[in-house]
Parts: sequence; C-alpha cells; structure tokens
Amino acid sequence: MARETPSIPNSSMADIAFLLLTFFLVTTTMPNNRGLSIALPPPPELKPPEDIKIQERNMFKIQINSSDALLIEGEPREDISSLKDDIKVFVLNNGRNPASSDSPEKAIVSFKTDRGTSHKRFIELLDIIQGAYYDIYAEQAGVTNAKFRDAASDLSIPENKAIYNKGRAGIPLNISIADPSKVGGN
Amino acid sequence: MSKFKKKTEVKQEIPTSSMPDVVFMLLFFFMVTTELRETSIEVKQQIPRATQLRKLMRKSLVANLYIGEPTKPGLYGKEPKIQADDVFIEPKDIVRWVNEKKSELAENERDQLTVSLKVDKDSKRGLISDVEIELRKANARKLLYSTLQDEEK
Repeated sequence: MARETPSIPNSSMADIAFLLLTFFLVTTTMPNNRGLSIALPPPPELKPPEDIKIQERNMFKIQINSSDALLIEGEPREDISSLKDDIKVFVLNNGRNPASSDSPEKAIVSFKTDRGTSHKRFIELLDIIQGAYYDIYAEQAGVTNAKFRDAASDLSIPENKAIYNKGRAGIPLNISIADPSKVGGN
Repeated sequence: MSKFKKKTEVKQEIPTSSMPDVVFMLLFFFMVTTELRETSIEVKQQIPRATQLRKLMRKSLVANLYIGEPTKPGLYGKEPKIQADDVFIEPKDIVRWVNEKKSELAENERDQLTVSLKVDKDSKRGLISDVEIELRKANARKLLYSTLQDEEK
C-alpha cells in the first residue's frame, strides 16, 4: 500500500515572510554611528584664567559670520577648494616660511563661528580642517586616509594603535573651536 | 497557408516556488543591518554630509542628543529644540542628563561616554555651543557630530 507522504501546506509561506519583512521595515532604522569626532576642552571654570601668548605666525585663523561668509587669515574667501592644502602647508611649515608656523606642535588652527552660523557650514569647514590633519597623519603612518581613520576609530587592536601612534607622533591635533560671537542668531 | 497557423499557446506564469526563499533572504538582510527604533524623533533631522568620518565602535557607550526644529510646530513652536530620549530638554538640564547616562554604565567606563549630536543642518551654532558648554561642565568631553558619508572630492 502506498503510504501518503505528510506535507505542510507552504503556499502561504511567502505571505507570512512578507508580513514579517514589512514589520521589520517599519519598526527598525538604519544605525548611524559615524560622524566628525572632536574632544571638548575642560570645563570653563576649572581652567585657570591665564593669558597664553600665541605668536601670530602660529595661528591659522578661520572665521565664519552669521551669514555663513568666510574670513581666512583676515581675508574674505569664497572658494574653499584650496583651503585643505593651505592648512597642510601651514602645519608642516617647520619655520621655513617666516610668516607661517614654527613647528607642527606649535601650529594651531583657530576656528571661530558666530551664533548665527548654520550647522551645515560649520560641519563643512570642520571636515576640511580635520581632513587636512588626517591626510598629514596618514602620510606619516604610511597608510591611506581612510585606513588611518578606521584605525583611529578602534584603538583596542594593537595593530591600529601602532598606526595611530605613528601617524600622530609629533603632530598634535591642534584645532581650537572658540566660543561663538554674538552678532547674529538667538 | 501553413505560415499563418495558429501559434501553440505558451504558458505565461512566473514560477513562484522560490518566492518564500527570496523574501526570507530580504528579511534576514533587514534584521541584520537595522536596529529597533528606541525613540520617536520629534525634531527635524536633515543630517549634513562630510568626508572625514570616524566610526563609534561600542554602541553602549553612546548617548544621543537630537537638535533641530520640532516637526510639529503647532505643538512645540518653531524654535530649534534639544531632544534627549523621549523628551525635550533645555541646555541647563544637560548636566543631569549626562549624569543619568553615566550612572547606567559600569564604573570604569563612565569617562568613555561619547555624546553623539545629531543636528539638523539648518540649526544655528548658538544653541549647539550652549550644549557644548554644558557638556564640558558635565565632563562628557567626547563628542561626535553625526554626519552622513559624502563622496571625496
């Protein structure tokens, strides 16, 4: 006697799977744990109010006003495509040009905005400044920029730590983000 | 007249037997790459783009602050607001919020807390700098401006 093979009806399997799929599409989001990372300075009141004299030549000044216009080293500028290279030249000057920085340790990129400056413009400029530093670090460590940033994101792996330390040696990330002025905005 | 002989009928059905497999594959893809929504965000979130991104490795050490114009201006007004978890907070509440977040972490990891600022691109620096000053007071000094990946120029 031929035995009947038991079977589960699977014609509705696709419907069930679609239902689950729709549920997950609706209730979940794509995680975004990426962005521009900075370290804030210590709390304002803990810092002793000392007047640190920084030589003019060691400062690379970038200012943005409330209508998102740029002032770089005291001069208005529209085109920012060459800014990254300007910062690299400034940091790695090592005293060659007397109008530029003494050494990478002393070089400071000073970044000042207004309370009315938009976040988009702020990010655009911060991206360029950090990009200049990461390019310098990556070159010193002998890896690509993307590889260096990957390594810097996860320092628990010794290999990454080695790349990070090699890149950072002698060149601190001197980006000073000043408190915004109060010309425009809330 | 054999040239005009009626064509034999061709079956025009798409095979559906592998449909569940395809759908399950999609389902697993979404289950793996996405994460559950924990808060419903009530502020505008058009995140700016940048190229030099760094990635945060440990999600448990990240606290999110959302800043932007409220999506329901009738209810909350048009001024940009700060959202933490499920409530709107003022800059002066941030120290307390940071301490709450720190108390959820293990003692040896409290200084590693990173605050991820998810700021709408039309927000102004004024509000964000107020937040930064409060974060400095709260000693949560690792900060990440959340951005999307832009193509390298």
